[in-house]
Amino acid sequence: MSAAAAPPAASAGAGVPGSPHAAGVQGTAAGLDSGGGARRRLTWIVGAVTVLALAAAPWVLDQYTISTASRILAMGLLTMSVTLLTGVAGLPTLAQAAYFGIGAYTAALLARAGVVLGPAQLLAAAAVAAAVALVTGSVVVRARGVTFLMLTLAVGELAHSAAIQWRGISGGTDGLSGIPPVVPLPGMAPLVNDGLVFYYVLAVFLALFAAVGGLTRSPYGLALRGIRDNEARLRATGYPVYQYLLVAYAAAGGLAGAAGALWVSVLRYVSPGDLSFGLAALALLAAVIGGIGSMWGACLGAALVVLVRDYVGGLDVPLTDYRASGPLLLGVTFVMVVYLMPHGIAGTLKDAMVRLLRSGPAAPDDSPPGDSPTERA
Amino acid sequence: MGVIGWLDANLVSIVDGVAYGLLLFTLAAGLSLVFGMMDVLNLAHGTLYLAGAYLTFLLSGGGWLGFFAAIAAGIAIGAAGGVLLTAMTQPLAGRGHLDQALLTIGVALIGAEVFLALSGGDPLPASEPAALDGSISLLGHVYPTYRLVFIGVAALLALLVYLVFERSTLGALVRAAVADREMVQALGVDTRKVLLAVFAFGAALAAVGGVLGAPIIGPAPGVDESVLVLSLVVVVVGGLGSIRGALLGALYIGQVQSLGVALIPEYAPFLLFGSMFLVLALRPRGLAPVARPA
Repeated sequence: MSAAAAPPAASAGAGVPGSPHAAGVQGTAAGLDSGGGARRRLTWIVGAVTVLALAAAPWVLDQYTISTASRILAMGLLTMSVTLLTGVAGLPTLAQAAYFGIGAYTAALLARAGVVLGPAQLLAAAAVAAAVALVTGSVVVRARGVTFLMLTLAVGELAHSAAIQWRGISGGTDGLSGIPPVVPLPGMAPLVNDGLVFYYVLAVFLALFAAVGGLTRSPYGLALRGIRDNEARLRATGYPVYQYLLVAYAAAGGLAGAAGALWVSVLRYVSPGDLSFGLAALALLAAVIGGIGSMWGACLGAALVVLVRDYVGGLDVPLTDYRASGPLLLGVTFVMVVYLMPHGIAGTLKDAMVRLLRSGPAAPDDSPPGDSPTERA
Repeated sequence: MGVIGWLDANLVSIVDGVAYGLLLFTLAAGLSLVFGMMDVLNLAHGTLYLAGAYLTFLLSGGGWLGFFAAIAAGIAIGAAGGVLLTAMTQPLAGRGHLDQALLTIGVALIGAEVFLALSGGDPLPASEPAALDGSISLLGHVYPTYRLVFIGVAALLALLVYLVFERSTLGALVRAAVADREMVQALGVDTRKVLLAVFAFGAALAAVGGVLGAPIIGPAPGVDESVLVLSLVVVVVGGLGSIRGALLGALYIGQVQSLGVALIPEYAPFLLFGSMFLVLALRPRGLAPVARPA
């Protein structure tokens, strides 16, 4: 996708005279060759600065803000699970909140039963959510488009109703409270400080972010993108499309379940609201805002949505008695993003980066010889 | 207990289901046509219903004059909303459903907040005309008069919409545009005008549904979202893009929500989405899918 967006801009920047078509092709190759190394280096720098800033956050932010940051990371993982299905595999989903909630209830029930070890909660939550996703997915992934969307909506709403109805297990509308603090590793003390909980969430987030990144860049991830772009061709080439999509569905369910377990570690409370249509829609919209298909875009989309709704939404409007309304700001944000950022946050930032690399002080041409543009295509 | 006895025992639920289904049809018809023709999934459709229901609260004080004024205002505001939404979604043509969903949910959120500011967060009383504010005997059962009149009016409306779209030349043009827009364009028809008219018509129908339906599902916070989800269910269960599908789906969902809940109340929270899941798992394109060129 990004490679497809690059050619016109690259050729315009190169300004090679001659036939427009040939110039475009040459310009593209040159632009990617010189930009590839510099861009990769810039990506590393931005990534390192982001991780450092996140690591420093508990030292500079107050308790409420740092707890919001923890929730953003959990929400980021949920949005990544949406992106895995919607952006990578091309299946728009409203069911991820259901698997998120299943993971959250699993972790909460385990914690209340005395299993306070974080990794154990995470594994169990991911396994249960993935198992449920595998069963529901066997029906759901046969559908496409709006039918898939509505089937996943049904999964989400049925799970939501179940969480309200099965009072014996879920605590009904009251939810489950009194969850003991999480223990990150055997032998460590329970985490009661919001800053320490943030470090635990951050560590899990980074590990899962890397794992998902590896998955999407693997041959399997490329095959998923292929199914999204031209399912008939992959089917004809002999790919088991149904099995591939089912595995993606289960993996996304497991990821959402792990996010749910983190959510419980942060809030130490779970209620049917954590499986609601509202959360499912918010995660899907955050993925769209982020720039559908990009994992770090998904995380930025989640951050924007949570910040606008929960953080800016609670502030007083200067010079008036009014309080900013979260949903109203969210609505305005959605409308603005659609018109101002046609390719989401990720697309907008990528464009800005390409422009920066070209106009900046002579981007060094240091790409290794074997680094051909076809690698990115 | 024979069939007659069973029917007698459940008559009120069945008639309620018909009223409910016809109410959903007024929303689903526009939603389905706009999706079928323009490929626009309008998630602000529930807001149009809410606007109509709010008009009943504002204008209808129990008299006929106020009620008809509310209907007229509903048509005007609904059509204007449809034109506005067409203008807003036009620039997104070709960008996929998700961007449209983002935009129209944004509009719906803003609309919900405006309503919240107007209503103060409480359900508002929206009354039917006083002349219909009683109950009559329906085969020995006491039944609200307004609901029965609503069934009559909405059925007439549904019949009218059905005849126009499935039996008239104008309807044939719209159905042709749903099936193959490029072909219709090639025949010299300005499909943009057809699209605009269909969107405005669908939106006006939803707003009028709100005006007429307010005494049944009144203006309250969250109603926009719940009727939107219900009409989305109706549309996909019936089959996207056809009036026949919308009507079939609406009547089916109406019975599920009324008769189904009355018969097996213990499964009530699972009925709506459970039955949709079943229908879509068995017939992914709905009960009455539109024939499309492959």
